[in-house]
Amino acid sequence: MSERLVEFDGVVKRFGDVTAVERMHLEIHKGEFLAIMGSSGCGKTTTLRMLAGLDTPSDGEIRLSGQRMNEVKASERDTPMVWQTLALFPFLNVIKNVEFGLKMRGLDAPARNKKAREWLERLEIEEFAERDISQLSGGQRQRVALARALVTEPEILLLDEPLSALDANLVVRMQGVLSRLQKELGITFVYVTHSQSEAFAMADRVVIMSKGRIEQIGTPKEVYRAPASRFVAEFIGSNNILDGSVSKIENGVLVIDSSVGHLQATATPDSTINVGESVSAIVSSDNIVLSETSKQLPNEVRCQVISEEFIGSVVTLYVETEQGVELKIQKQQRELDTLDIQIGKPLWASWQAKNIYLLATT
Amino acid sequence: MIFSFNSDRFPTIPLGSFTWKWYETIFNDPDVWDAARTSVIVALCTAVLATFIGFCTAYTDFRYRFRFKNAYLALALLPPTIPLIIMALAMLAWFSRIGASGQIWSIIIAHTVLCSPFAMAVIRLRLQQMDSSLEAAAWNLGASEWRAMRYVVVPFVMPAIISALCLTMAVSFDEFAVAWFVSGLNKTIPVIILEILQGNIDPQINAIGSIVFITSMTLVIVAQLFFMTRQKSSVQFNANV
Repeated sequence: MSERLVEFDGVVKRFGDVTAVERMHLEIHKGEFLAIMGSSGCGKTTTLRMLAGLDTPSDGEIRLSGQRMNEVKASERDTPMVWQTLALFPFLNVIKNVEFGLKMRGLDAPARNKKAREWLERLEIEEFAERDISQLSGGQRQRVALARALVTEPEILLLDEPLSALDANLVVRMQGVLSRLQKELGITFVYVTHSQSEAFAMADRVVIMSKGRIEQIGTPKEVYRAPASRFVAEFIGSNNILDGSVSKIENGVLVIDSSVGHLQATATPDSTINVGESVSAIVSSDNIVLSETSKQLPNEVRCQVISEEFIGSVVTLYVETEQGVELKIQKQQRELDTLDIQIGKPLWASWQAKNIYLLATT
Repeated sequence: MIFSFNSDRFPTIPLGSFTWKWYETIFNDPDVWDAARTSVIVALCTAVLATFIGFCTAYTDFRYRFRFKNAYLALALLPPTIPLIIMALAMLAWFSRIGASGQIWSIIIAHTVLCSPFAMAVIRLRLQQMDSSLEAAAWNLGASEWRAMRYVVVPFVMPAIISALCLTMAVSFDEFAVAWFVSGLNKTIPVIILEILQGNIDPQINAIGSIVFITSMTLVIVAQLFFMTRQKSSVQFNANV
C-alpha cells in the first residue's frame, strides 16, 4: 500500500506573475484513492495537469515510479484523465471514443474493438456502443469517459471534477461506481474536487490545498476531526471556530477565555499549548448537544435559534449565543424529536471538553 | 435568367417563345469553354489553397497566444477590406514586375489572397465551439500533436472546412475585377461576360450569367447547409449536457 508511485518534489508552477503551485511536496502511493481538494484557483487542477504532462513545472521534479517526468510529453505518459467537461470526441460514436487510446497505441482494429467492448460491458454501457455521444445522458457519458481512460489499463487514473456536471443522486451513484472500480482494479486514482462530500466518501487520503500550498494531508477522518490549520477548519464547513486565549492549565484541562465565555478543553498528550497563548477552539457541529434547560455543564451557552435547514434526515440549526456568536449545529432529525424547536426560542447548547479541538493561532 | 430562355434578341416584354438557342450558342463557343475551364481550375485550386491557409491561420489563432497576435489577425483579415480595383491593380503591378502576369496561376494566387480570410472566418467560428480540452484529451490518450490534429481537430472542423471550400470556390468563380486585371489570355467566365457585353448586347450573356449564378448559389447553399447541420448538432449536444 505504501509503495510510492508518484512524487512531487518541491514542484513550483508559475503562470506569468501568478504562482499556481508553490513548493509542493507530495507522495502518492500505489493503489490509493487520493483526493485533492480546495476552492477554485487553489492549484489543484494545475497539480493534476502537471502530472498528466499538460503543464510543465517551473521548478522542482515530478517522478512517476522513480522516473523524472518533467520533460516527458503528455502523449508519452500513461496517465489518462477524466475531464471536467468529459472532452468526449463528439464526431465519434461511443465505441470509437473508447478505442481512441488503443488506436494511438497502434492496436489493430479487431483487438481494439474487443478490448473496448470489454470495458463498455464492465461499465454497463455496451448497449450504447454504436450511439453518438449527443444521444447519451450525463451519467452514460460519464461512463464512456471512464471507459475511454481505463481501456489502456493504466497504473494511475486522473480525475478532474468528473462529477461536477451531474445532479445530486447521480453523483452518489457514480461515487459508488468509482469506489468499486478503484478497489477492483487496484490502481491509483487521483481525484480533484471542490466537493468535500465526494472527497470524503471515496478517498483513502485527502490533500487540502489553498493558494497553491498544501494545507493538510490526511485521512478524511483526520482532516475532519483534527484540522491542521484554521483554513482547513473553515474549509470543512461543519466546524464552529471560537477564538480565545488560554487562561490556565489544570489537571490536563485547559481553560480558555473565548468569545462565548469560559471553555474547558481536554489537553491532548502531544499538546504544546501554553498559558496565555491565543487559540482557536474548534467544535464540530455534530458534537453540540441541545437542551431546553441548563444542565450546569462547563461548556454550556445560552442561545436562540435563528434558522433551521433540512437536508433529508439531517437538520442544520443556526443559533446565536447571548454574546452574539453564531453556532452551527447538525443533528439527525430523530434526535430533535424530543425538543420543541422554534425560531427565537431560548435553548442551551453544550459540548464535552474532549470534543474541543485546539489550534494554536500564531 | 428568364431572358436567357427568350427567343428575342433583346430583353423585351412580352417575351418571345421559349428557346435553348442562347445556351446552344455558348456551348458551341470555344472562347466560353476555355473561360469555363479556366474558371473551374482557378476556383478549385483557390478553394483548396485558401481553405488550407484559412485553416492554418484559424488554428494558429485558436491554439497559440503570442505578442503580436492582434496584428497577425488584422493582417490575415485585411484583403477583403481593400477596394477590389486597388487590389487588382496592385496585383497586376506585382505580377508584371515578377514576370508572372497573365498566367493561370497568377489568377489563382490573387484569388487565394482574396478568399483565405473568408475561409479563416468560417473555420475560426467552428474552432471556437471546440472544447479546448478535446485536443488535450487526445494527447492525454497517447496522440502526438500531429495525430491529434488529424484525428481530432480536423474531424471536428470538417463541416467548416467543406463550408469554406464551397464558399471560396463560389467567391473565386464570381470574382471579376481581379481576374480581369491579371488574367491576360487566361480569361475566366466573368471576364468573358464583360468582353461579350462590350462588343454587343447578346442574350448569350443571360445564359452564361444564369449558369454562373446557379453554380455560385449552389455552392453557397451547400456551404450554408453544412453550417446549419453543425449548429444543429451542437445545439443538440448542449441540450443533453
